[in-house]
Amino acid sequence: MPPLLQVSNLSVHFPVKSGFLQRQTGVVKALDGVSLEIEKGSTLGLVGESGSGKTTLGRAIVRLIDPTAGSVSYQGHVISTLRGSDLRPYRKKIQMVFQDPYNSLNPRLRIGTILAEPLEIHFPKMSPSDRATRVAELLELVGLDPAHARRFPHEFSGGQRQRIGIARALAVEPEFIICDEPVSALDVSVQAQIVNLLMDLQEKLNLTYLFIAHDLAVVEHVSDQIAVLEHGKLVEEGPSELITTHPTHPYTQRLLASIPSLQ
Amino acid sequence: MAADLLRSLLRRPAGMISACLLLLLYGAALFAPFLSPTIPSAQDLSRTYHPPTALVWQNGHLSVRLYRLVDPSTATYEPLPDQTATLRWFSHGPAYKFFWLIPSTRHLFTVSSPATIYLLGSDATGRDVFTRLLYGAGISLSIGLIGVALTSFLGLTIGGLAGYLGGWPDTLAMRLTEFLMAVPGLYLLLALRAALSSRFPSDATFLLIVVILSALGWAGTARVVRGLVLSLRERPFILAANVIGQRPWTILFRHLLPNTFSYLIVAATLSVPGYILGEAALSFLGLGIQEPSSSWGLMLGQAQDIKIFMLNFWWLLTPGLAIILTVIAFNLLGDALRDAVDPRFRLPGK
Ligand SMILES: Nc1ncnc2c1ncn2[C@@H]1O[C@H](COP(=O)(O)OP(=O)(O)OP(=O)(O)O)[C@@H](O)[C@H]1O
Ligand SMILES: [Mg+2]
Repeated sequence: MPPLLQVSNLSVHFPVKSGFLQRQTGVVKALDGVSLEIEKGSTLGLVGESGSGKTTLGRAIVRLIDPTAGSVSYQGHVISTLRGSDLRPYRKKIQMVFQDPYNSLNPRLRIGTILAEPLEIHFPKMSPSDRATRVAELLELVGLDPAHARRFPHEFSGGQRQRIGIARALAVEPEFIICDEPVSALDVSVQAQIVNLLMDLQEKLNLTYLFIAHDLAVVEHVSDQIAVLEHGKLVEEGPSELITTHPTHPYTQRLLASIPSLQ
Repeated sequence: MAADLLRSLLRRPAGMISACLLLLLYGAALFAPFLSPTIPSAQDLSRTYHPPTALVWQNGHLSVRLYRLVDPSTATYEPLPDQTATLRWFSHGPAYKFFWLIPSTRHLFTVSSPATIYLLGSDATGRDVFTRLLYGAGISLSIGLIGVALTSFLGLTIGGLAGYLGGWPDTLAMRLTEFLMAVPGLYLLLALRAALSSRFPSDATFLLIVVILSALGWAGTARVVRGLVLSLRERPFILAANVIGQRPWTILFRHLLPNTFSYLIVAATLSVPGYILGEAALSFLGLGIQEPSSSWGLMLGQAQDIKIFMLNFWWLLTPGLAIILTVIAFNLLGDALRDAVDPRFRLPGK
């Protein structure tokens, strides 16, 4: 039985262009030969400093970025080379929650429309009234009032918007969700609520998470496994308790030391 | 959202005043045949350069004074003492077609001949300036709206596609806009106009002017829309649309382009004066609207006669005043809209 998600030797290089003619003068190795496995129902925490390539990894998995080398497999099927309609079944299984709740909802659409969009794509046979019912269900699932479907994004706080972003990801009934720093843009008091919501949902819906964060404290709380990225390379990986109590790599030790609460 | 925008627009004094003024101007243009006492081609060679007729209150009725031509060489008129003609409201006058369709002879007010009413005087062939101003408003004002609608459409599609597709369509579109922006507008306008037609019927000229103005005007809009699309494309809500498997065209039309509308509305409003002035410039130089149609630019062009300045026929310059008022109103409205859309002119939600 293959792991739910397997990342093998994944590299993403961005060209660096400069000069008058915008000739390529080099590359940024945002990811450099990263390999990971995530088991169904578990959470892999991904930590690293800003610019270490965490977002790039998440985006390469959901195919917002094409990898330069290596592959991503889902349930044993390589998905990193699929295009167009071949990719669509995996769009239903793999979803993403974005870091910036203020920019992750189209400001011109009502919440009901935003949440109905994935339903229209992946459940085309659903009738409009069934869709409305499902939207209400989703809002309740993430702890919001179903009447909020008629409102626009600017009428919500950051935490509420992040809940809507989570509801959108859940709309397609996914198995695997990439959470790219889902709480780092939020107020500290709201962070715990969102983290707890994500953990409740994981239990209720049997979800698998790739949980990205730049501080170990949050990741430690939610993860079964932790992987540490530095400059696009994986420097350490292992069970959550082991990494946080006995880090072996100096980079991980530095990251740990920077958490005030553990000192 | 549109209702919100309108409300916050009307709360600003500048927005309120300019919106009312424009409403008035467009209303006048729309109902020009009914509001004017005669038709724009009605000549009276015995009453050229007639000064504005005075309105007086006589026997409980609004009336106009009658005038006598004193000196034909300097076009000096003198009011006849105690001779007036009563204004007739909602009376019959020269026949016209309402909205180019409904034939009618009803006018808001007329006077019975031999008296004539010249609210803003008469021109070199004795035609009523007020009537020609109203009819000219239709052409001058609609050229702005049609031109801007066309430019916005072109700018939105070309800029949107260039930004979204990237690659060679982008390069092609951008080089084209650079070319258009590098050539001085007025010369291109004149060259195009001269090349495209020598003698066209008047309505064809109107269309030609709109098309020429729009063909030159879309470049700026397209470049900004492209820039907006490029920056919007990286926003998480667009990424989210990709992740849920939305089709590229739907992303473009549902998520990207609508988010450029607030910019587009402001830009369109602010560029209406350019079209009005463009038409005025062409008509002033005799390359635009032709007789017997009237437009503000054409009327101004016909008023550039040394006689008019020497003998102070100031009423022949009223089309200039109308142009100034309209241009100021559109600029004020554009500024107020920009504030209403967003004080810092940021993108929605950012
Ligand atoms: N589209 C791009 N073009 C060029 N370089 C990029 C692009 N996206 C990311 N990079 C570079 O790749 C590297 C990794 O970026 P990434 O966004 O993955 O970091 P991150 O770990 O998510 O950081 P943060 O914690 O700040 O979100 C950075 O050096 C960044 O400058
Ligand atoms: Mg990131």
